[in-house]
Amino acid sequence: MSSNSSNSVPCGMTTVGAKMLVALTGMALILFVIAHMLGNLQVFLPGDELNQYAHKLKSMGPLLWVARIGLLSVFVCHVGLTIALTRRNAKARGALSSNEIQIRATGERYVNGYSYETATTASRFMIHTGIVIFLFVIYHLLHFTISPDHPPVAGDELIDVKAMVIEGFSHSIVAGVYIIAQLALAAHIYHGAASALQTLGLRTDSTKPGVSKAGILLAAIIGIGNISIPICVLTDIIS
Amino acid sequence: MATYKVKIWRQSGPNANGHMERHIVKGIDGDMSFLEMLDHLNEDLEEQGKEPVAFDHDCREGICGACSLVINGQAHGPETTTTCQLHMRSFEEHNVSEIDIEPFRATAFPIIKDCVVDRSGFDRVIQSGGFVSVNTGNAPDANANAIPKPEADTAFDAAACIGCGACVAACKNASAMLFVSAKVSHLAHLPQGDAERRERVHSMVNTMDKEGFGSCTNYGECEAACPKSISTDNIATLNREFIRSKVGPTT
Ligand code: HEM
Ligand code: SF4
Ligand code: FES
Repeated sequence: MSSNSSNSVPCGMTTVGAKMLVALTGMALILFVIAHMLGNLQVFLPGDELNQYAHKLKSMGPLLWVARIGLLSVFVCHVGLTIALTRRNAKARGALSSNEIQIRATGERYVNGYSYETATTASRFMIHTGIVIFLFVIYHLLHFTISPDHPPVAGDELIDVKAMVIEGFSHSIVAGVYIIAQLALAAHIYHGAASALQTLGLRTDSTKPGVSKAGILLAAIIGIGNISIPICVLTDIIS
Repeated sequence: MATYKVKIWRQSGPNANGHMERHIVKGIDGDMSFLEMLDHLNEDLEEQGKEPVAFDHDCREGICGACSLVINGQAHGPETTTTCQLHMRSFEEHNVSEIDIEPFRATAFPIIKDCVVDRSGFDRVIQSGGFVSVNTGNAPDANANAIPKPEADTAFDAAACIGCGACVAACKNASAMLFVSAKVSHLAHLPQGDAERRERVHSMVNTMDKEGFGSCTNYGECEAACPKSISTDNIATLNREFIRSKVGPTT
């Protein structure tokens, strides 16, 4: 089969180059997610540390916008390239040329499916966990950043973020949405972290044991760290 | 002697619609190879005046890479070997009596007929970078270049790839990265490969993309399907070669 323009990678990149950008942006997103989590875990501190922290971020002025635009570009680059690659891969896989047989599962090209021996479930559903994360990010921004419906603390301009978080997560549906999204994120990172190291050629004989642990370790830390907040609000450990 | 219920992909030509055809194959000994079982089926079909099933094969000793079937949902079947080196005892021992047979499927491997696919895309990848420059004249001594043993071993392991395409068949993305990386890694570990080192990785990756193979998402299913146990370590090597060719020293 020769080249076909609808099957190319954006900006004339090779699939290998594009995948390296996915890995770099993915790693940047992991770093952001860790920083974000550490900030949020201040909700467990007794005083209003979380509110002070939020206030500090908000008063960064233009710097805040630089960070926001930087993060947005990284996110858009990651999502854009992964969608392009995933679509290209579906074309490369092809469809079954038959009018009699119904493929058992979408995304399969063998009549009875392929019996995977080593591919992890997390690795096979990256686009799905990715889309869950994408939808969640929109919801999350609407929920906490764009329309924080909690009024500022009387007297000064400090927003009571802590109260807002506790109020939000006391609705079990809201907490449930957050927990599901964090499970998707953990699954994404479980495959993503190790995969990104492989994509960047950093998996060698000497780093191999560490690389395979990186995924599970980061997924566990980020998953448990983030999920602990809605769980502790629901169980009245933070109130 | 065992009897198998076989379902096999039939497709009369590249653009025809295909279907799974059912057959009963009797009198199969555990020591017969998988392809001998299919020969048996084809003899039956010919006796009945029917068209035999087309499938690829050549050496039948696991070295040429011609045989290519997805057997019960696995490229080259349940063992780590080629289809021609798979024996019917593998099914007998596990009491498996139903066998589904399909071609290696990928857009870049169009079906020619039944279970025969066109894998010439691999040849074009090789043509684009799987060569080295040598001085003409007398053949150099085989031991003229000193190569450390670990390097030689790594190169040799990568060179074991027979270009069968099972990695593509097993990959959800129909990616050819295991194959291409075996070729790149083989020559990257040898001094003979140095002259074209920078160009090679680019040409081969570009050809791979142009042929319509998918991209690698590090599922690792290719390694499990590979009859020669080519390791995904080679994919890390290809990625390093790719970065090196962009930002590394020119020589
Ligand atoms: C904070 C959020 C996110 C983080 C931390 C993250 C992280 C990562 C990492 C580290 C990788 C591995 C890169 C590699 O294998 O080289 C990856 C791959 C991937 N990501 Fe994300 N990601 C995030 C959001 C998203 C979103 C919103 C999507 C939605 C479309 C997405 C879709 C994908 C897909 C499909 C892959 C596999 C790409 C491929 O292998 O071709 N990710 N991600
Ligand atoms: S890497 Fe393995 S599966 Fe892929 S073509 Fe080479 S021998 Fe076949
Ligand atoms: S026929 Fe040659 S490897 Fe199977």
